[in-house]
Amino acid sequence: MPNTTFIILILLLPLVSFVLLGLFGRKYIKAGSGIIATILLLATFLVSIYTACHYFFEYGKINGVYEKLVPVKYTWLAFSNGLAIDMGVLLDPISSMMLVVVSLVSLMVHIYSLVYMKGEERFSTYYAFLGLFTFSMLGLVVSVNIFQIYFFWELVGVSSFLLIGYYYDRPSAVAACKKAFIVTRFADAGFLIGILILSYYSGTLDFAALIEKLTAPGSTELGNALSASFLGLSALTWGMLLVFMGAAGKSAMFPLHIWLPDAMEGPTPVSALIHAATMVVAGVFLVARLFPVFALSAPEVLNVVAYIGAFSALFAAIIACAQTDIKRVLAYSTMSQIGYMMFALGVSKYGGEGGLGYTASMFHLFTHAMFKALLFLCAGAIIHFVHSNEMKDMGGLRKFLPVTHFTFLIACLAISGVPFFSGFFSKEEILTAALNHNIAIYWAGLATAGLTSFYMFRLYFNIFWGKEFRQHGETRREGGFAMKAPMILLAIGAALAGYIPFGKFISSDGKALAIPFELKHAIAPVALSFVGALIAAWLYLRQNNKPQKIAASLSALHQSAYRKFYIDEGYLFITQKIIFNIVGKTADWFDKNMVNGLVNLTASSTQAFSFATKKMQSGKVQQYAIYFLGGAILLAVLFVYVWK
Amino acid sequence: MTEFLILMKSELMATALIFILLFIKMGGGMKNGLLLQVIQVLLLVNFITGFFFNKEGNLFGNMFHTSALIAFQKNILNLGVYLIALLNADWLKKTDHLPEFFILMLSALLGMFFMVSSGNLLIFYLSLELSSIPVAAMANFDLHKKNAAEGAMKMILSSAFSSGILLFGISLLYGAMGTISFAEIPQHLDSSPLQVTAFIFIFSAFAFKLSIVPFHLWAADVYEGSPVATASFLSVVSKGAAAFIFITILYKVFQPMQELWYNLLVTVSVLTMLLGNLFALRQQNIKRFLAFSSIAQVAFIVLGISSNDHIGITSVVYFVLVYVFSNLSAFGVASVIAEHSGKENIDDYKGLSKTNPFLGWSLTLALFSLAGIPPTAGFFGKLFLLTAAAAKASYWLIIVAALNMVISLYYYLRVVRAIFIDNNEMPIKKIQADRSAELGLVICSVGILLTGIVSWIYDFIQSLH
Repeated sequence: MPNTTFIILILLLPLVSFVLLGLFGRKYIKAGSGIIATILLLATFLVSIYTACHYFFEYGKINGVYEKLVPVKYTWLAFSNGLAIDMGVLLDPISSMMLVVVSLVSLMVHIYSLVYMKGEERFSTYYAFLGLFTFSMLGLVVSVNIFQIYFFWELVGVSSFLLIGYYYDRPSAVAACKKAFIVTRFADAGFLIGILILSYYSGTLDFAALIEKLTAPGSTELGNALSASFLGLSALTWGMLLVFMGAAGKSAMFPLHIWLPDAMEGPTPVSALIHAATMVVAGVFLVARLFPVFALSAPEVLNVVAYIGAFSALFAAIIACAQTDIKRVLAYSTMSQIGYMMFALGVSKYGGEGGLGYTASMFHLFTHAMFKALLFLCAGAIIHFVHSNEMKDMGGLRKFLPVTHFTFLIACLAISGVPFFSGFFSKEEILTAALNHNIAIYWAGLATAGLTSFYMFRLYFNIFWGKEFRQHGETRREGGFAMKAPMILLAIGAALAGYIPFGKFISSDGKALAIPFELKHAIAPVALSFVGALIAAWLYLRQNNKPQKIAASLSALHQSAYRKFYIDEGYLFITQKIIFNIVGKTADWFDKNMVNGLVNLTASSTQAFSFATKKMQSGKVQQYAIYFLGGAILLAVLFVYVWK
Repeated sequence: MTEFLILMKSELMATALIFILLFIKMGGGMKNGLLLQVIQVLLLVNFITGFFFNKEGNLFGNMFHTSALIAFQKNILNLGVYLIALLNADWLKKTDHLPEFFILMLSALLGMFFMVSSGNLLIFYLSLELSSIPVAAMANFDLHKKNAAEGAMKMILSSAFSSGILLFGISLLYGAMGTISFAEIPQHLDSSPLQVTAFIFIFSAFAFKLSIVPFHLWAADVYEGSPVATASFLSVVSKGAAAFIFITILYKVFQPMQELWYNLLVTVSVLTMLLGNLFALRQQNIKRFLAFSSIAQVAFIVLGISSNDHIGITSVVYFVLVYVFSNLSAFGVASVIAEHSGKENIDDYKGLSKTNPFLGWSLTLALFSLAGIPPTAGFFGKLFLLTAAAAKASYWLIIVAALNMVISLYYYLRVVRAIFIDNNEMPIKKIQADRSAELGLVICSVGILLTGIVSWIYDFIQSLH
């Protein structure tokens, strides 16, 4: 392997951007901060591309297999004998691909924001946060061990918290960033426990060693992890389940998805970066990273992944059909597409032909990053123009926003799986993989495909066709070149990314995989997509009252889809009513009644004491003493008699 | 003689400082501002000398024991005292009896040094008293405030009560085995009911010092009433010292009863975490809030101690270091604000970031560290403690601990939200804090950021034992 220490630049440049703009941005380089950050990111992108190409075409392939290489490694902490925490860069097909995806989308967002965020008071802070986010996301994808990934995982959470809450003077943005942070932190608690379990049983944190120890049949580590059981499941199952919980939290899988739609309160380019292409796919990436362990040692957990993925895909697609806020439609659509990637991993096997799902999932991750980031950027341009997120305020915009209209259409075609656009290829592979392994999931995927095309074209027709748009007051124009350029570039990607022979580069075992293409498998999804698009056209192309009529006749379903199946209400009920009322009030009651009751019982004996200290306002000291003594005696009794 | 000087270096330094302050007091005539600077310099010198000439050894027939790790632990306490002197400069400058405050604090520190070094239950008891009684006087330092007097009174009464139970436990133990030397006790331990009872009574004294549930009740009242300097001393330095000696006593002295105290620690740690967090959720006063949050923090320390191995020791010492930076920083901001505006409620902090961005960011960073959010040191501290505890693979425990980290995030964010987001018609006015308080906050913030990222600190602690 050639000298590759320069790879560390990929991490350093965004960090420099963050530190530079964070420290001096607001005072000294206010207006220039966008340009500086963009240039630094351009450099990051170039180094990433160079690294990925080098990896794929020069040194990555050893004897026909793509190996995991660690060009940069630094022992951060020797935690105990044999358990060292390394920080470094791991290059393998998926991390190389993610480097390109993350730096590309981030670069597009940097450029786009030059116009979109212009004039914001905290312009440089915004770029500083973008730098921090990009740094943490890149650090996450190249992690060499599970500790490093956890560190960057949390850091991604923090930086997205900062970005979602960017408009901190809006109460809804504040609530949203808090919700996102706490929900994902809750999931991360599971992730952390999973990490602890896995590292405890495998005795290592390093990904390569961990995967090797936990997949080698007959290894002592694997044996121990399988034989230790807790609540009827083996330790390994728990570990993997909990790791998946962390992944599901970040990737907004049901039922941990509730933060994602609200997170749309952040600036729209941020949604393109975080909620389309990068952070939300971190969960998929994590499952892919540990895929051999899932597939070889914990297939039951992989089944969970598959069902949760399929359910989320379908569920979110149904909800997306009834939303009226365009960003929310896109948010649910993201959740649905990530569900696709998840179940593709879930139905996959390790190695050979069976590993089609793995390749398909990564392929879809790649194409999805293009068209979804593009959709969000288009949404930004539309919102920039209309000053509203609501579909009812739009219509007929094709005349005013020609570039946006054209690129949005390409993205729509791609996501709907229309032949010869990128989404078609990756979706086809996923459905083929599902058909080979699990028919129920295949049907869910198929239904989702139809729904996807429906809600996307509903969006498209509502925004660009339908009623005529009337300009109020001043005449507005489509955003400048800096906004259009990223959209056009991504549109090219969304159209053509499907022609990349993904199986050659990415597969579950590193060997090249020939992707089968069978025409008969492509017929059903494509037909469904066309049907979905046609229904949308029939309903929304011209202004009419058909949608309302249909909504009325399906009112219960429509209502619950619109209300997102009352999931948020359920959570609110649990947290507010149950946790705060029952647990909180119990503690309160305990405080007021038990403590006082205890004191009343012993009132006579403490009367003299309380007289002496009467001047103190509360007179609670004797109560403290009783608690103290009671506690000591209780513990003594507990440990002498009960818990020997 | 030189050996004596070297081994008791920290204690001698603290004593020397006490005498210097006594002479200054008797000489009189030095203005508070200048005097405070002198004290800060002295404490800094004390802290720096703490790094040199450390070796292992015993004195006075094994009654006094020290080692490189113990010297480092003492130096963490030194650092805490130095930071308190910096951070509370605004309040200290105005107090009438500045030398006395530091004489009391250094006496308590001296007591802690002896406590950490004790090799015998008697020395341990004496030093424990020496480390508590002066603090009660420090709690009452705002002489004109009624609730300060109340807090001090509560402190001294509960502490006397705790000492009584401790003494009772020690005498039971002595009755059972005829020795109070740390070196000899392990040979006589057989987990008879008498010994278990004695152990639990001794444990309760630690629990009192560390304010573990159900021995925590005094803490919030005392913190609320006393000056912030005292509250921060109590919550950081005093707890740190108690945690250090707790490790020694459990790992060296009561090692044969390891299974028993493992269960005990797990039980109280879970209770403490839950109650500390539940109560912290509802607090309005920032000092009470920090009191309950530090109760929950200590529960994590206890969790780390329960691991009973090398990683446990390193992780606890590391966490205490991190905790010194984070908690003192939070208290420091509270002190500056209380001194300049008289406000102590979380609601008063609304809009703080607009008028006082430096204070707002310092407090936020400290709270992030307390909540364990990367890249702050608190994240690593908690992670190491949990990893240490996970070595026992007790799933429920880890689950409870991890969930508690989420709950705590909720209430720490509540304060952050008040600082940055909530609107306030009358926010706290622009405050010009004392230079040294600002320096203290900068040191703490740098500490919070660097202690985590720079891994050799952990390695260094690891190498000490």
